[in-house]
Amino acid sequence: MSQSLKQPNRVREGGRIDRAQTLSFTFNGKQYQGHAGDTLASALLANGVNIVNRSFKYSRPRGIVAAGAEEPNALVQLGSTEAAQVPNVRATQQALFDGLVARSTNGWPNVQRDVMSLVGKLGGQFMPPGFYYKTFMAPASMWMTYEKVIRKGAGLGRSPMERDPDHYDHLNQHCDLLVVGAGPAGLSAALTAARSGARVILCDEQEEMGGSLLDSREQLDGQPAHHWVEGVVSELAQMANVTLLPRTTANGYHDHHFVTLHERRTEHLGETAPLTDGQRPSRSRMHRVRAGQVLLATGAHERPLVYGNNDVPGNMTAGAVSTYIRRYGVVPGNKLVLSTTNDYAYRAALDWLDAGREVVAIVDARKAPEGDLVEQARVRGVRIIEGAAVLEAKGSDRVTGARVATIDAETFKVTGSSDTLSCDTIASSGGYSPAIHLASHTGARPTWNDEILGFVPSLVKGVHAAGSVRGFHQLADGLANGCSAAAEALSALGFAATPVELPQVNTYRQGAACALYQVPHEKPTLRGPKQFVDMQNDVTAAAIELATREGFESIEHVKRYTAMGFGTDQGKLGNINGMAIAARCLGKTIPEVGTTVFRPNYTPVTFGAIVGRHCRDLFDPERYTAMHQWHVEQGAEFEDVGQWKRPWYFPRTVNGKTESMHDAVARECLAVRQGVGILDASTLGKIDIQGPDAREFLGRVYTNKWAKLAPGRVRYGLMCKDDGMLMDDGTTSCLGENHFLMTTTTGGAAGVMEWLELWHQTEWPDLQVYFNSVTDHWATITVTGPEARKLLAEITDIDLDRETFKFMDWREGTVADVPARVFRISFTGELSFEINVQANYALHVWKTLFAHGEKYDLTPYGTETMHVLRAEKGLIIAGQETDGSVTPEDLGMQWAVGYDKPFPWIGKRALTRSDTRRVDRKQMVGLMPKDPSVVLEEGAQIVFDPDHAIPMPMVGHVTSSYYSPILESGFALAVIKGGHQRMGEIVYLPMVDGKTHAAEIVSPVFYDPKGERQHV
Amino acid sequence: MLHIYCPYCEELREEEEFHPKGQAHITRPADPDACSDEEWGDYLFFRDNPRGIHHEMWVHAIGCRKFFNVTRNTVTYEILETYPMGEQPRFTAEYPEGKPADQLNDAQQEPSRQEGVHV
Ligand SMILES: [Zn+2]
Repeated sequence: MSQSLKQPNRVREGGRIDRAQTLSFTFNGKQYQGHAGDTLASALLANGVNIVNRSFKYSRPRGIVAAGAEEPNALVQLGSTEAAQVPNVRATQQALFDGLVARSTNGWPNVQRDVMSLVGKLGGQFMPPGFYYKTFMAPASMWMTYEKVIRKGAGLGRSPMERDPDHYDHLNQHCDLLVVGAGPAGLSAALTAARSGARVILCDEQEEMGGSLLDSREQLDGQPAHHWVEGVVSELAQMANVTLLPRTTANGYHDHHFVTLHERRTEHLGETAPLTDGQRPSRSRMHRVRAGQVLLATGAHERPLVYGNNDVPGNMTAGAVSTYIRRYGVVPGNKLVLSTTNDYAYRAALDWLDAGREVVAIVDARKAPEGDLVEQARVRGVRIIEGAAVLEAKGSDRVTGARVATIDAETFKVTGSSDTLSCDTIASSGGYSPAIHLASHTGARPTWNDEILGFVPSLVKGVHAAGSVRGFHQLADGLANGCSAAAEALSALGFAATPVELPQVNTYRQGAACALYQVPHEKPTLRGPKQFVDMQNDVTAAAIELATREGFESIEHVKRYTAMGFGTDQGKLGNINGMAIAARCLGKTIPEVGTTVFRPNYTPVTFGAIVGRHCRDLFDPERYTAMHQWHVEQGAEFEDVGQWKRPWYFPRTVNGKTESMHDAVARECLAVRQGVGILDASTLGKIDIQGPDAREFLGRVYTNKWAKLAPGRVRYGLMCKDDGMLMDDGTTSCLGENHFLMTTTTGGAAGVMEWLELWHQTEWPDLQVYFNSVTDHWATITVTGPEARKLLAEITDIDLDRETFKFMDWREGTVADVPARVFRISFTGELSFEINVQANYALHVWKTLFAHGEKYDLTPYGTETMHVLRAEKGLIIAGQETDGSVTPEDLGMQWAVGYDKPFPWIGKRALTRSDTRRVDRKQMVGLMPKDPSVVLEEGAQIVFDPDHAIPMPMVGHVTSSYYSPILESGFALAVIKGGHQRMGEIVYLPMVDGKTHAAEIVSPVFYDPKGERQHV
Repeated sequence: MLHIYCPYCEELREEEEFHPKGQAHITRPADPDACSDEEWGDYLFFRDNPRGIHHEMWVHAIGCRKFFNVTRNTVTYEILETYPMGEQPRFTAEYPEGKPADQLNDAQQEPSRQEGVHV
């Protein structure tokens, strides 16, 4: 009894809570008690907590409105520690556990006395619909600042600043039939399918299965409804072909019956997953279900009525009132006024009476309501005011009264004088909107059904729906509908349906509901008290009316203009009312105004569950070369190139001081130019190409000629798309008459492989040629610099004589006693040997080179030095100098284009299009800054005339830019309009800081222009 | 996420294994030099964007590496068939329920070809 005293709204018995188990929790710093089986919302209501939040825009006090996923107000921040913070949790869906700590999402320092309130009230005046678009349009760079201000002021919850101690799993699942929702229709459907032998997954978002049967007044086979639920669930639980997933929300339907289910496994137990046997179970699981057929039994959401001050705490949906009383043993007030348009909501008044509290009146919008539930209320002596509605709620922190009058819904007029009824709770019902969200995710537009006054789902092939989601709100209909929808799905799956004997239930005589969304007021909507449509985003009926007056006619535009439905609840309660109001203002019907579209996710999903195990070290695969460990041990800094980890540079540490990147790169560059350097080039893509038509194929996919390349020779090739733009480049070596080894850029390897397959399989299947990726099979070690030959000669049996092993030759032999292919190709302009060995021998070869290289001061270098050295030679990198709009001719590489090859190779035709022949195309040139200490910014825009009025015509941009230790100057590659004809001209680069750099257009070959060094 | 039947592997596999490659049945002109700039531009850049039945090319990139064709409804995303390169579709905008039997070749009459169809 003492518990009841502490929880003034807790009824003495009934409901599905365990009064023997008392749980303590903290809300906004104050301690309360509830029971096992409570949600945070039901426990707050039991304790008489009226205000749970402040509203987003107007900072109005808000209370709990609903009992499920559709709750717009009761958003809380959970967590007693920083790491456990979870934002925007719906208190109506959070099971109570001992020690739960929650705060209101909005309203600092507390919801009772909100410092934002006054600001909010003022803000409200200045925040009409479209406020965001009108106020925060420009400058775009300020949006981040605006957003911070809005977020801080309005409060949308915050993410934890510390690492999440929990982990999350992904599971791939398959089944014949996925049933979403375990209310009456879902249970009868699952039972039918399970007994028929189909593999069934049944999921339900609530703490326990049963849906509306958990708070139903109805009897099934003469027993309380939950008896039938328990029988069915226990039968299903024992079947090997059934997977039951309670606390599992089907959040998204993503094509071909792929549905994501978010199973919350531990959130009802504690704020982090409790340890069991020292192990932490996963907090939640994302089930990725590929189902044969899908059956939606997702039920319906009750629509509240839209009347003046309908957001004052104490205004609730009628169904929520019943749920709190019957399921949680909580009666959320003392004196109830019910405003309804339909019979079904009468049960809220009956439940209220059963809980021993006063029903002041039922205000029914219908002129002559009649039906079994209406009769029951009459018999129990409830005052029923006919043809009337609640015009506005009285009170500020809690409802104190309801002003009621007769109305004419058709003409949208108040017809009688009003009367104020004293009460503390107003329950309203404007009907029931089917929860069509998942069906909507398929892209199928729902259709309006005038009979049930709601949208019903359109169903793509293989998706079925049963029960309230189709508008079958009567229990008997829902149960039967579940069986018949399951039978349809089973027949599509090839199963014979086993009939299920359904329980006996009463069928009630129901009067027709009337269509009422916004309740009329004596004053025009724009001047009357605020009538809230979307409580989470503070969208009023007046805002929607204003939007239609400002010319927004499509509901999609109205929604974006007012932000209706853009909260975390996606407007589950308000959208239909909002559409109806827009329709009224526009003089149209609801279906004429549009339809309603919902997108995944149905309810917000924590990022942890979306990410699963794909985080931190497992976020993305990393690729290592065979020498990776050596690089790590040498203290290399790494660069990501695609998924590869490549050494960027190797800083030396002398006397405890580590070189800067600039110093390390300068040292590495000079070592290559003056001694010998070594590069791990294993990441280059390598494709083994074989077949009698391999040579012909190469001639078609490369721009240059391959007919005469002899075994033992290597050629550089350019690869274009058929639009003539460079796509990739690399060398290809002739290993034998019908055997070639192609190299690609590191990042382009997979794309080039697919490109070759594409052309072979789709255009030239007659060519006999085969491709095999060998990137990982061969490691590549580049030894380069004037001393390279001397070093390599010490450990190879290959004759390195310059006359017999020329530049662009390759030879087979051994290096460090390991079978090797050695290629005389150079990406540095120096004498170079690229050694290919089987990857598992590579570290041995690498180490042997260093053992012999000490006397030459063999210097390892990374990608940064590689870039500087190749740029000094004007050697391009596909994707850096090119961007899909650059032809070989733009690069000045006509020498690599076989204009007279017999076959119309890929890209050839495009090179004679008028656009590719333009003389003012952007062409690659070198740039020498006038000030040698300047390193131009990559991406910097180039202009001819720095004094030109803004906007200056931009004529090109810098593609690569570095400091050259050998030139002792900054230098750059760039593309400039008509650049090839502009050698010696000065161009300008205006920078963000106001400085303007001048640079001379020069040849892109900065060092050793005759190319003598690589031929030595 | 689509569920795609690879006509070479003869299995339904997840979309993650495939790459879309654009509209199917685009043939490169045999003699590009004989094309006007406009004809060449049409081949290179212009593609259909139908509402309804669309024939598109996919590759089983992380599978058998084979290219093949898919007939897909761009409104419902339903895949009506998949078929190897070089073959013609059974389902077209003209015959959304399938071509009549006398217009099908022997390979298309095989019932196994229907396995890729979603029901
Ligand atoms: Zn395949």
